[in-house]
Amino acid sequence: METTIATVRVVLPHHLRKLAHVEREVAVEVRGSVTVGAVLDALEEAYPMLRGTIRDHGTRRRRPFVRFFACEEDLSHEPADAPLPEKVATGVEPLLVVGAMAGG
Amino acid sequence: MSGVRVLVGTRKGAFVMTSDERRERWQISDPHFPGWEVYHMKGTPADPNRLYASQNTGWFGQLIQRSDDGGVTWKPVGNEFAYAGPTGTHQWYDGTPHPWEFARVWHIEPSPSDPDTVYAGVEDAAIFRSTDAGKSWQELPGLRTHTSAPGWQPGAGGLCLHTILLDPRDPRRIFAAISAAGAFRSEDGGETWRPINRGLKSEGIPDPEAEVGHCVHRIAMHPSRPRVLFMQKHWDVMRSDDGGDTWREVSGNLPSDFGFPIDVHAHEPETIYVVPIKSDSEHFPPDGKLRVYRSRSGGDDWEPLTRGLPQSDCYVNVLRDAMAVDTLDSCGIYFGTTGGQVYVSPDGGDNWAPIVRDLPPVLSVEVQTLR
Repeated sequence: METTIATVRVVLPHHLRKLAHVEREVAVEVRGSVTVGAVLDALEEAYPMLRGTIRDHGTRRRRPFVRFFACEEDLSHEPADAPLPEKVATGVEPLLVVGAMAGG
Repeated sequence: MSGVRVLVGTRKGAFVMTSDERRERWQISDPHFPGWEVYHMKGTPADPNRLYASQNTGWFGQLIQRSDDGGVTWKPVGNEFAYAGPTGTHQWYDGTPHPWEFARVWHIEPSPSDPDTVYAGVEDAAIFRSTDAGKSWQELPGLRTHTSAPGWQPGAGGLCLHTILLDPRDPRRIFAAISAAGAFRSEDGGETWRPINRGLKSEGIPDPEAEVGHCVHRIAMHPSRPRVLFMQKHWDVMRSDDGGDTWREVSGNLPSDFGFPIDVHAHEPETIYVVPIKSDSEHFPPDGKLRVYRSRSGGDDWEPLTRGLPQSDCYVNVLRDAMAVDTLDSCGIYFGTTGGQVYVSPDGGDNWAPIVRDLPPVLSVEVQTLR
């Protein structure tokens, strides 16, 4: 079976943009099913310095103060292997990686 | 021409400050890693242009940054600190078992001889080592798995391993200190460890003379006398003349023996410095006067050093990693405050001046002597 490749847009928060030396939005190529886990795999492959900053190295769980939004929905609590909305998979809408609002 | 490079970690970034040997006029960098906490930054003695920095936020976790050009440019290196083997539990604040969880790197200690070898002290308490210039980190698990470890409890700042001292004469001897477990020593390069807390007395624990459980804030050593150790404990300034086997109190005439940092003069192994803080309940200097105290006798007899330091209305703290000494002929002493000031004394503590006054709260100060 032919593996599909999707170009997914990802919006990063300020600190991770500076760390990866990128602008607000990056595009990554995702093979197969477009899930949060697959997008983060592709993102970390393209920008290795982001490993460990969005999800834990060992458990691969989302860091507590990081959120995933898309299409005006909070997808943070969706399983990592759940398909993202079609509009994200087709590049119409970006996946937003957000640092939760908190003071300090 | 010789000079110094001061490395300052703050709650909101890192700063690199340079001066010639007079230490009067300073070049201060823009913030590195702005917005991130930098618990510690340190240069490698074997290659002064190689620096390591511990960068962290609650949002995005831990990064280690390395510079190979004296702090002008940085690049992130390895940031995976995975405990080796089963993590087990330590005691939580309420006395219940709590799984070991990595939170941050408190202290970075480069090898005195190999610029690619560097140690990291972390929270929850463990010691890691990298032998590839920070690309990868391996735990030395003998400390975290010590038989006493299930009983360790965190201090107010967390269960942090904040002090690592490497014996310059014996690379297999390592000292480490953990709040609030106490001091430990390894004689085999970090493979096995034993507590070295005999002589410490801590009123805040059930057995004041327990083998472990003491809130050691800092240990200092003069490189020429690695068996002589000086300790600032939660309360009490202590001294050991036998590599930590036994300790005795040398608080003497200090106005308060609570404090965080302690350091040793670069050329006078019996001259030591502390910054007394009023109490564990009131983390600021007694009487609103910022005074460094110096003992020229290795403790017991202390003199206040005040010239150039605020002597009224001063209510800052000086944290455990925020004091350093340079090795110029006239030894320079440096410290940073939670109020964002970094002070220097170019003459061993007699006279002080601010390098900078308005940084974010200072977490750490290190200095490199450049020749």
